[in-house]
Amino acid sequence: MSEVAIKNLTLNFGPQHPAAHGVLRLVLEMDGEVVERADPHIGLLHRGTEKLIEHKTYLQAVPYFDRLDYVAPMSQEHAFALATERLLGLEVPERGQYIRVLFCEISRILNHILNVTTYALDVGAMTPLLWGFEEREFLMEFYERVSGARLHAAYFRPGGVHRDMPAGLADDIAGFIESFPKFLDDMESLLTENRIFKQRTVDIGVISVNEANDWGLTGPVLRASGAAWDLRKAQPYDVYDRMDFDIPIGKTGDCYARYLVRVAEMRESLRIMSQCLEQMPEGPVSSQQHKITPPSRADMKRSMEALIHHFKLYTEGYHVPAGETYTAVEAPKGEFGVYLVSDGTNKPYRCKIRAPGFAFLQALDKMSRGHMLGDVPALIGSLDIVFGEIDR
Amino acid sequence: MAEFWTGYGLPTLIILAQILGVVIVVLIAMAYLTYAERKVIGFMQLRLGPNVVGPFGLLQPFADALKLMLKETVLPTGANRGVFMIAPVITFSLALVAWAVIPFDDGWVIADINVGILYLFAISSLSVYGIIMAGWASNSKYAFLGALRSAAQMVSYEVSIGFVIVTVLLAVGSLNLSDIVRAQERVWFFIPLFPMFIIFLVSALAETNRAPFDLPEAEAELVSGYNVEYSSITFALFFLGEYISMIVMSAMTSILFLGGWLPPFAFAPFTWVPGVVWFALKIAFILFVFLWVRATLPRYRYDQLMRLGWKVFLPFSLLWVVVTAGALIAFDWLPT
Repeated sequence: MSEVAIKNLTLNFGPQHPAAHGVLRLVLEMDGEVVERADPHIGLLHRGTEKLIEHKTYLQAVPYFDRLDYVAPMSQEHAFALATERLLGLEVPERGQYIRVLFCEISRILNHILNVTTYALDVGAMTPLLWGFEEREFLMEFYERVSGARLHAAYFRPGGVHRDMPAGLADDIAGFIESFPKFLDDMESLLTENRIFKQRTVDIGVISVNEANDWGLTGPVLRASGAAWDLRKAQPYDVYDRMDFDIPIGKTGDCYARYLVRVAEMRESLRIMSQCLEQMPEGPVSSQQHKITPPSRADMKRSMEALIHHFKLYTEGYHVPAGETYTAVEAPKGEFGVYLVSDGTNKPYRCKIRAPGFAFLQALDKMSRGHMLGDVPALIGSLDIVFGEIDR
Repeated sequence: MAEFWTGYGLPTLIILAQILGVVIVVLIAMAYLTYAERKVIGFMQLRLGPNVVGPFGLLQPFADALKLMLKETVLPTGANRGVFMIAPVITFSLALVAWAVIPFDDGWVIADINVGILYLFAISSLSVYGIIMAGWASNSKYAFLGALRSAAQMVSYEVSIGFVIVTVLLAVGSLNLSDIVRAQERVWFFIPLFPMFIIFLVSALAETNRAPFDLPEAEAELVSGYNVEYSSITFALFFLGEYISMIVMSAMTSILFLGGWLPPFAFAPFTWVPGVVWFALKIAFILFVFLWVRATLPRYRYDQLMRLGWKVFLPFSLLWVVVTAGALIAFDWLPT
């Protein structure tokens, strides 16, 4: 009898799949339940963000960054604002810097709550998700109170932030910092020591520090492998150098370590937030150079110059001196960088965005090889993939 | 003619009435099990659950049923039509048929047969066929994988359930379900056979494909498993069948380990309550445990589930059969 060639089973995982986190399409080649090859297909959410930014003034480009990683919008804006400021040589007033750091950490918690709980949902525990979304709602309300929008804030702008925080917001954030550890403890009681959760995550998708560096992994995924690399410490921006916080790292580099690192990071974020609230000085929140940031309404009623500034800003925008910069921030997911080239006009010549999720996705094949089908959702969950930033 | 009437006609009518009565009660219980599931899990997750249709959302199950019936039945082009349509019917009717031997109270049973427990065991094994047929006939990879997982899972856990039942039978000396309950008049079996009670409960979760063993319909991996291609009433039949078999498993647990219709203490205030109420309360308690587990635990992976079934439960229950039998003989407790 002639030999029968056994063909691997090819399974189409996504793009309409409840565990695929957005529009991920994964073509899995499987030997029974074991994954032989995972081939991620991207581009289903491509919106041409980078090209669109070339045709917008610097201020108009800000909202595009909210729409990249829509789980933690303000962290992306931060990268763009810092890059533009660097080209302009602009200093942001202290209060503005503190507000930015405060809201960056709020974004980090927003992101990690969503990630950790949906990750738990992917391995079958559904209760943490619903508990987490209640906490997330408080954070969305802070977003709304400070910027007017729950999600697409457009709040961090070149030169500072759009508006000062409304009265009472600082107290409410302090209240949240008090109450949030209770939620973390409750959530951890369901997951951290749960036998089934550990069986599903320990030793799944192990990646060493060297491999993680080779694949360009950053953020919690890299730290879970044991590298204490965090841009907030390594290249501090805004007032991160004045903050006292630790970088949690994992030892094993598996899915479980990534979960632990994220939970520990949420606790560190709370520390940074309370330090921000303590140290925050009074004063302006954005640069007083009104060629870049709009003058106050009251000034516009009295000063001709202020009126002209306002008109020029919202029609032509401002001209940025020719030059180029790569500016990166530690977004919740990892290193989020903006490579901005200016030719001296009012629009960026080129704006290349470096999204951490893209690198995670390319490492997915390496990580999932030899694991079972049931591990793939756990892996995707632990890598924290959001398609807004991958497809741009 | 009169002879025929008293000999065959009347008994047939009575049996039909009994069947109808049981089926209606079971269907209503099943409807409110879905409601209870959503409410209980809702409260555990700090939300309200259904609360719009009727007072406290009490009419929600009927709204859902109506919605499912009014939807279009989609037949996939590649499907094997006959098998595709029969599969849900098999699952559903097998789940209902199991109720024939369940005693609700002393003497309240449609068929008081001597092999009651074997009958239940056989019926619950047969329900794998519905799922396998559904997975194969759908002609879809997700459904097929789901069906295979489900079949493997049910078969593996049935083995340990079998040994659990054997220990109970050793202590009772009868296969009749009513006799099993009567044998527990002194002490409910979950006290002397506590480890087996736990194994039975966990295996019941696996047998009915409930969390943390809900792999066949693992939403995160297989979307919904063997029933992805089903819609409308065909899906509803799977759904009904699954929930009814949950109630059957709870009823089995309460008969085997929690003393069926017997009150917890055999004196005044407890004996006033009718046995059927105690039976219903016990079933409700076990169902609550099912829901509680679902809200709390993550899901096992396929190989871990198999390992638990074959490498932990099977040797342990086998050992316990030997221990129980040895104890019964050593202390001369064998039932006569």
